[in-house]
Amino acid sequence: MSGHVTIRLASERVNHCVASSNELPRFYTPGEVISGMQDFMRGHGTYVEDDCIKSSVAGVMQKVNKLICVRPLKSRYVGEIGDVVVGRVLEVQQKRWKVETNSRLDSILQLSSVNLPGGELRRRSAEDEQMMRKHLQEGDLISAEVQSVFSDGSLSLHTRSLKYGKLSQGVLMKVFPSLIKRRKNHFHNLPCGIAIIIGNNGFIWMSPQQQNIVIEENKDEIENYELQPISKSDREIMARLKNCIAALVASKMMLDDSSIMFAYEESLRYDDVKELLDPEVMLDIAFLTQHRLNSIMEE
Amino acid sequence: MAGLLLSPTEKIYILHGVQDDYRSDGRTNIDYRPMELETDVVSHASGSARLRLANTDILVGVKTEIDVPKPDNPGLGKIDFFVDCSANATPEFEGRGGEQLANNISNMLQRAYNSSQAFDLKQLCILEGKQCWKLYVDILILECGGNLCDAVSLAVKAALFNTRIPFVKAALMDGGSVDFQLSDDPYDCKLLEAGTAPLLVTLCKIGDKCVVDPSAEEESCSVISLIVGITGNPKYYSKDAIETPNFKCKCSTIGMNGPGSVAPETFKNAINQGIIAANSLDEALGRALLRERQECNNFKKNSYGFLK
Repeated sequence: MSGHVTIRLASERVNHCVASSNELPRFYTPGEVISGMQDFMRGHGTYVEDDCIKSSVAGVMQKVNKLICVRPLKSRYVGEIGDVVVGRVLEVQQKRWKVETNSRLDSILQLSSVNLPGGELRRRSAEDEQMMRKHLQEGDLISAEVQSVFSDGSLSLHTRSLKYGKLSQGVLMKVFPSLIKRRKNHFHNLPCGIAIIIGNNGFIWMSPQQQNIVIEENKDEIENYELQPISKSDREIMARLKNCIAALVASKMMLDDSSIMFAYEESLRYDDVKELLDPEVMLDIAFLTQHRLNSIMEE
Repeated sequence: MAGLLLSPTEKIYILHGVQDDYRSDGRTNIDYRPMELETDVVSHASGSARLRLANTDILVGVKTEIDVPKPDNPGLGKIDFFVDCSANATPEFEGRGGEQLANNISNMLQRAYNSSQAFDLKQLCILEGKQCWKLYVDILILECGGNLCDAVSLAVKAALFNTRIPFVKAALMDGGSVDFQLSDDPYDCKLLEAGTAPLLVTLCKIGDKCVVDPSAEEESCSVISLIVGITGNPKYYSKDAIETPNFKCKCSTIGMNGPGSVAPETFKNAINQGIIAANSLDEALGRALLRERQECNNFKKNSYGFLK
């Protein structure tokens, strides 16, 4: 990508598939017959009609003994207790915030399940409720943990730990939740100097690593720090990471810290970050990353 | 466009990025995201094109009809734009939701094409004062991922470049009325000259600077965007390029969107930036169209459309 504009023809379209063996798994479409009813049980993503098990979503079939499930390719985030999520505050309500987390229903963050900045203890008072908007307002991004799941599937979050809370300057990326690999830790300080939160809900947050500011510091100073411009080098690394993640997502590869870091290292052979927007380069990076992941698996 | 919620700190990050001329995906302020183009996708239209820019997907079809020229311009043909916002694009377009946006875009196009230096309507004349061709340009917005105007104008230009007009074989004068015989052979036609057709460039003002091709996040950071229509350069659209040294792209229309205001100095800079962006857009579009035409000549073209 040398000029400012690239227009490619449809005949030059890139196929982003990087599967090592060229056979794709069998996809089922909604309404497609999977098997007869005789000796199978229906699981998630299926229904029974005319004595046949049919798929109710588009996805791949999974069979556990006699249970048949279809896992959808794209779906909203289905939360589980203990998941790390990144969400955006939509509304400030009575004693709680409404948070968008890419699940079917908006999640809820109770005022009673947050830690105030500076670790100061909260007094339950009317004043305190009126200060809610000072703490988190509409549009703010937060990282949180799923505390519990309500009967309708909506999530209740908590930020009762120093690692959770409001996010400051950085970039948010939205990917399919099904591409996030579940790990013990979803907070990473990458060796390239960027902190990344890979939310289970498919929201990925990138920001420069904090220069260990002391939490007890004056609140004004923290706010001042938030408004400082980010250095060009950090910005460049973040843009590169963002484009690398986009490349992995285009090839439907699982995301965790190692795959993202591999992609980042492979992308360094392209000097200019905007080159990484080119579909061919994206495929190249995804392919090289897949190769490195495979070689690690073999060892 | 749909209001996207952003936190103040995210906005600051984007703002500083624009000031540094380094945006969140590594582009500079005059870089476009990669696009994909295909012409001749609708077999029953005289000319058609499909353009995909990030998540914006546009399908354009050109239909030709014989019409009577306007009495004040007897030697000119007619061109008419119609934009349809499909409810597939975003749920907001359902019912009459997309009507205002559609009217805005078609008015913008109409104004940009309304100059003899932008698009030569003389080539649509059949018989002066009696009959002319009328082009109906139908634009369908299939997916809406921001930066609609630019994508629409590129797709329209590609479709016009692809448009074929049948030759008139014979004309019969019968009293005052004229009767035509058109050639039955579908290959017996002339191609339109669309080299000078204008392109629209949206410049989104963020801070003191303007960016082209804003992402949805960037769009929600700006309060005003300028749309400039810049005429094309025909040298990019023919192989045996006739170099016209003094050829200058001209600005044929300017529109503004949004509640903000622009200082005169910023305004001037923005238009200059728009001309530079339009020039590189024009060059890339011309190259892509010529390449596609070359491919068509070499072998039977396969249509890809939305699949593959």
